[in-house]
Amino acid sequence: MENGERSEQLDRLIRIAIPVGVVLALLLVWYLIVHVENIPPYILPDPIAVAGALVKDWPTLWPAFLVTTKITFMSLGLALLGGTVFAVLLVQARWLELIFYPIAVVLQVTPIVAIAPLILIYAPTTQAALLICAYLVAFFPILSNLVQGLKSVDHNHLNLFELYGANRFQTLWHLKLPTALPYFMTGLKIGGGLSLIAAVVAEFSAGSSGAGSGLAFRILEAQFRLNIPRLFAALIMLSVLGIAIFALTSFLSWLLLHRWHESSLKREN
Amino acid sequence: MTMASVSKTFSNGTAALTDVSLTVRAGEFVSLLGPSGCGKSTALRIMAGLGGVSSGNIDWPASRITSSGRPDGDISFVFQEPTLLPWRTVAENVYLPLQLQGISRKAAQPRIEEALSTVFLADFAKAYPRELSGGMKMRVSIARALATRPKLLLMDEPFAALDEITRQKLNDEVLELWKSNGLAVVFVTHSVFESAYLSSRIVVMKARPGRIHEDFPVNVGIERDADFRTSESYRLTCERVSHSLGAAMGGEGH
Ligand SMILES: Nc1ncnc2c1ncn2[C@@H]1O[C@H](COP(=O)(O)OP(=O)(O)OP(=O)(O)O)[C@@H](O)[C@H]1O
Ligand SMILES: [Mg+2]
Repeated sequence: MENGERSEQLDRLIRIAIPVGVVLALLLVWYLIVHVENIPPYILPDPIAVAGALVKDWPTLWPAFLVTTKITFMSLGLALLGGTVFAVLLVQARWLELIFYPIAVVLQVTPIVAIAPLILIYAPTTQAALLICAYLVAFFPILSNLVQGLKSVDHNHLNLFELYGANRFQTLWHLKLPTALPYFMTGLKIGGGLSLIAAVVAEFSAGSSGAGSGLAFRILEAQFRLNIPRLFAALIMLSVLGIAIFALTSFLSWLLLHRWHESSLKREN
Repeated sequence: MTMASVSKTFSNGTAALTDVSLTVRAGEFVSLLGPSGCGKSTALRIMAGLGGVSSGNIDWPASRITSSGRPDGDISFVFQEPTLLPWRTVAENVYLPLQLQGISRKAAQPRIEEALSTVFLADFAKAYPRELSGGMKMRVSIARALATRPKLLLMDEPFAALDEITRQKLNDEVLELWKSNGLAVVFVTHSVFESAYLSSRIVVMKARPGRIHEDFPVNVGIERDADFRTSESYRLTCERVSHSLGAAMGGEGH
């Protein structure tokens, strides 16, 4: 018993220690390369210079971080809402699916970021344009995964619900949505990552300055000014944001699925 | 429940049933026996009002018919597979048919407990289906079917995955339910012995195309108790069923 507990603690320690160790080792390698090769800081700053820039430029970077975070999460939230409502409608009526399927395919196979310049022209403000871009990119994985999930319902389960006289809403709520939940979570994870990418790429193509600009613009700006430490600092903040989104969606997925779905179960045999 | 010359052909051209007529009266225990693929499951699904028929008629004179043309709440089905919802606990799975009828969880609680204890699973109410063995899942499925207190219980090889002892126990349990509640049971099985032990009537089916080969009453007026399994009349019934099944299978090639 005690043995099992100890090995579990050890297991947890290893799970934390190894990733942390890998990151530290990479930082060390980075530091050594810069100093052994004598690379000037305007080409590749060492980690300490980047940390310095992070602290020094915090007053500019932090608001930019908030702007990017806000756009990413707002677009993801809207995509979640829109994707869910739309997916449910699509599977409720076959003719709706027939109408929207070609449109959905065209929009899905077109790299949305390529129409960012167009959106920038039509949207009232740059912020709105960024939001639309990120929304469109996150929307489709959520929609298509959820539609797939809603259609993957076991026929025996459908028979069961029909036998007991379930109405459409009951079948949707008690059967189709729970069946689709793992698919929805996959869509959410993909959509979360993509919405950040889209927010950044759209801002690159917008290239606008001012108080309301996000991290992507700060990166462009730092590049123009050859302020490479700040560029790296902004990059790090973007990856932190990406990691946070990934962790959040993974946690949500675990929370909702761990008690019953195969993907979240610990294998014990 | 009355089926009048029902035929069913699937969209891929398989004639699963041709001209099947069968009437199940209240209080009957009918076993459906026949070679694999002869349409037993299909016939059972049609009796439940699941999936239309290609020709013929089906009626449930004793039941209220809903607007969708199906009997209302009087029929339960135990499928060949357990078909439990993996995201629901055992108790919630048993609650499902009651929930769909609009009964609150609180009001349903006694019925859920009763149904679960009937299949010896009272201690597993809070477990998830993945934590159960195949046989236990099947028993949950039976409990779910019993929870609505049906007039007609349709069972599709419900005990095929169970060990002999549990199977025997559940056979007796089903018999007990059948005797005490006056419900009609249609029971699909591959086991001659099981059908001979349980039934008041046996329907033997033939394959390709699926049709009724023979339909005869058995064990009329005999008490099924511990002695019955060793009695002469049980042995004779087994023999009779085996013969009929042999004839149904043998006729296949012609
Ligand atoms: N959905 C379907 N589509 C096409 N053909 C089907 C379908 N379901 C069943 N069949 C065919 O109908 C016939 C009868 O099938 P059914 O499942 O009723 O057999 P069964 O008597 O229950 O067999 P078993 O004892 O193996 O369970 C089979 O030949 C099968 O191939
Ligand atoms: Mg079958």
